[in-house]
Amino acid sequence: MSINKEQDFGTPASESTKLVNLEIDGFKVSVPEGTSIMRAAASIGIDIPKLCATDSIEPFGSCRLCVVQIEGGRGMPASCTTPAAEGLKVVTQNQKLAEVRRGVMELYISDHPLDCLTCSSNGDCELQDMAGAVGLREVRYNPVETHLHAVKDESNPYFSFDPSKCIVCSRCVRACEETQGTFALTIDGRGFDSKVSPGQNEAFMDSECVSCGACVQACPTATLMEKSVIDHGQPEHAIITTCAYCGVGCSFRAEMKGEQVIRMVPNKDGKANHGHSCIKGRFAFGYATHKDRITKPMIRASIKDAWQEVSWEEAINHAASELKRIQAKYGKNAIGGITSSRCTNEEAYLVQKLIRAGFGNNNVDTCARVCHSPTGYGLKQTFGESSGTQNFDSVMKADVIVLMGVNPTDGHPVFGSMMKKRLRQGAKLIVIDPRNIDLVKTAHVQADYHLKLRPGTNVAVVNALAHVIITENLVDEEFVNARCDIASFNKWRTFVSDVRHSPENTETITGVPAAEMRAAARLYATTKNGAFHYGLGVTEHSQGSTTVIGIANLAMATGNLGRDGVGVNPLRGQNNVQGSCDMGSFPHELPGYRHVSDPETHALFESAWQAPLSTEPGLRIPNMFDAALDGSYLGMYIEGEDIAQSDPDIIHVHNALRAMECVIVQDIFLNETAKFAHVFLPGASFLEKDGTFTNAERRISPVRKVMRPLAGYADWEVTQLLSNALGYPMNYSHPSEIMDEIARLTPSFNGVSYDKITELGSIQWPCNDETPEGTPIMHKDEFLRDDGKGLFMLTEYVATREKVTQKFPLILTTGRILSQYNVGAQTRRTENNAWHSEDILEIHPHDAEDRGVNTNDWVGIKSRVGETVLRALVTDRVQPGVVYTTFHFPESGANVITTDNSDWATNCPEYKVTAVQITKVLQPSEWQKEYQAFSELQLDLLEQGISNGS
Amino acid sequence: MSNKIETLIRMANDISDFFNAEPDKEIAAKGVINHITRSWDPRMRNDIIAYLHEDGSHLSDLAKNAVSRLS
Repeated sequence: MSINKEQDFGTPASESTKLVNLEIDGFKVSVPEGTSIMRAAASIGIDIPKLCATDSIEPFGSCRLCVVQIEGGRGMPASCTTPAAEGLKVVTQNQKLAEVRRGVMELYISDHPLDCLTCSSNGDCELQDMAGAVGLREVRYNPVETHLHAVKDESNPYFSFDPSKCIVCSRCVRACEETQGTFALTIDGRGFDSKVSPGQNEAFMDSECVSCGACVQACPTATLMEKSVIDHGQPEHAIITTCAYCGVGCSFRAEMKGEQVIRMVPNKDGKANHGHSCIKGRFAFGYATHKDRITKPMIRASIKDAWQEVSWEEAINHAASELKRIQAKYGKNAIGGITSSRCTNEEAYLVQKLIRAGFGNNNVDTCARVCHSPTGYGLKQTFGESSGTQNFDSVMKADVIVLMGVNPTDGHPVFGSMMKKRLRQGAKLIVIDPRNIDLVKTAHVQADYHLKLRPGTNVAVVNALAHVIITENLVDEEFVNARCDIASFNKWRTFVSDVRHSPENTETITGVPAAEMRAAARLYATTKNGAFHYGLGVTEHSQGSTTVIGIANLAMATGNLGRDGVGVNPLRGQNNVQGSCDMGSFPHELPGYRHVSDPETHALFESAWQAPLSTEPGLRIPNMFDAALDGSYLGMYIEGEDIAQSDPDIIHVHNALRAMECVIVQDIFLNETAKFAHVFLPGASFLEKDGTFTNAERRISPVRKVMRPLAGYADWEVTQLLSNALGYPMNYSHPSEIMDEIARLTPSFNGVSYDKITELGSIQWPCNDETPEGTPIMHKDEFLRDDGKGLFMLTEYVATREKVTQKFPLILTTGRILSQYNVGAQTRRTENNAWHSEDILEIHPHDAEDRGVNTNDWVGIKSRVGETVLRALVTDRVQPGVVYTTFHFPESGANVITTDNSDWATNCPEYKVTAVQITKVLQPSEWQKEYQAFSELQLDLLEQGISNGS
Repeated sequence: MSNKIETLIRMANDISDFFNAEPDKEIAAKGVINHITRSWDPRMRNDIIAYLHEDGSHLSDLAKNAVSRLS
């Protein structure tokens, strides 16, 4: 192993297909038109010295170190800004060029600390390298005034900014603009006074900086440097792996010293992220070695008892005997489990296999139940497959982007940056969201239309958009006739043509002015490439599946499918939520979304797994809770999922967990669910195991072990131990063998193997004989339904039963924030708390004034099912009548107030619509007091167990 | 009525609300039957069938029609 630094070609690659031929230092080279001379030279191994150029950002031509001479040309042009052209003869090195470069370097070094031996960049400093490359041997200047005593900015917890080492190359400023799209940095002042400035000469933490790390990555010196490198020194080897945070699935180089991660650096060759990152993936990995990690198995008879540390053998045997006891007493269907969307594909596959073949029932579910299960349902019905249609890169060809119920700059930040780049290039933007998400108006981006709908009226909106498209003859008839089921289209045409769906008639329901609705529909339907992106603001409703179907209808009617730049794109939440669904984690579907009752599939899996399998669907997560309370479901194996915090109507969930006789939690921390558990099996972080994750664009990416599991086993090994103890044998020696089994049994994975993933870097399924290198864009020639045709479905708007009344006059909607992730179990154990240390309630100034509420006041939030207390933030990001909060902290109790309303097709909870009242209060709610007491008791019982075990 | 039965009634009615958009009510009923059969655990199906036989008054017309034809 070695650090194996990535080659920097100096300028970005050209996408031109036309080649030009030139000669560099006597070597002939052909490159795509538009390639810089610097990149052309690098492609044949000639590294022209450079400082202000790097291949992640456009050339700037300021440092003058990369000058070259061109035969017949005048002067010494910068090779970074001079494009290669047919017939050029370029010289990169001669006496004159060498003198110029030495002169430039001499000037740089004259105002640079000469502390290379103790500098944190020592061994990884481009300035140092260039001084060597140009042969700098002396500095003749002795300047009276320098920047050597400029004060460091240490405000950011993850990186420092040392202006004394800055060469003002602007790489950080350009990275912030071009790569991240935040424009938080600028060069302030002129001449000698020029300096990099966050915001208006503020500290980094006080500026708009989102801590994505792009500036740190771009910096050629130690000016912007990871504090982990300052503390521990340069890494000595690197391993490519995949981030375990959101559904973008960024590829990273885990840069290591032995088994210690020094830094996570975004992989330039990563096909989802192209060398970019966000604060979570780039910096928030410290949770993996946090002191709260539990590394010894534990058991207890009751949740009132202290935990007892035991051997793996004892814990596994105890868990197995309890599960067997419950089945013997209450029946085969009295136990089940939950696969993890944070664990690998192979681990999700094993858990569902254990439940179906080992437990002998289909009581398996996953966290997609509470996020994108409506996506799976809606897209399977209409297109024939439960996944998004495009790759992320497709958005760079979109001419109009529709964002519905999704906030990419917070939830999927790296893709959000790519989207912002396309918007800066001129693509139009329609935002359909109750809130002013950042993309409504941010640096150099402004939405053309913001349809600020009332929460819960998504279906009325998609029907109104469809009404305009149909009645104004904006349908792509050619696409519909060739690609879709015509009978269903005609039925849908009649349905949406009805005047009750018109923007004018739905305005009172949606709150969206009819003229804006019409204009937005026209823009989407008449622009060449329209890309629809949506998130949990679509799915987490009582009509979540209906809206997904409605979006699919719109895309088919306008012909926005089957090519680059278009499509229906669900931005999925967790790192492997697509994968966990693909792996057969739903109670009615085997791997590859095949129904448990399908005779051919059933026979295939019974034969492969050598066990009788049920043909009946099992319980979904909310039905498991109901069954627990009625005494028919009493044992549960939960891998990497925190239902006691993440699921709605949490008091109901807690009561269900209390009613169970054996709850087995496998996790890296004693999460909220583990506080109700009887067996705790220590899990492994993504850094401690091999496997694969599948992101929102169906991309299967490698997860690689960079350190040994802290508790001794990877999660797949623990599942295997439990299975063997239960008497269902599993004997895998490596996750690659599990993937081989998945590939054998799943048509869309037939061509997937670890060797191929290593060869290609990642693979987008379907990957089989027809598409051996995967499928970036689906449904190109036909849909995956049996007849190959897209199916239109009728989408009647049905108002949620969660009505606002005089008693509950406001609608609460929930979401997430950039710096925290989901239930926060990981990010709350990092420095990310510096950005967001508690959940707050956003309330519009009018509603706040009516209630005498000011920012930072404690407010009680009461719904029909519960009450909690949060601090208020008065802001016009929310509209009057709507309040908003996040759910990253368990003590906030956001899910104490959410109800058990759910999507009609999938039971995905209606997190986005809860009728509430807000009042100013002075103390926590009763639930919060009880929670605090319970939580403290459980931590005490944990402490007792650890003390007794040591 | 138990919370569990209330939940199942609500679920059956919500499913029926979606399929009710279909003008042909036989197709709509088959849609509901198919959806419940393919996605509900057998104990849930048994419970809603039992409820229909005992009372059924809180089920919508389409839901009643479909539940009566569940096996």
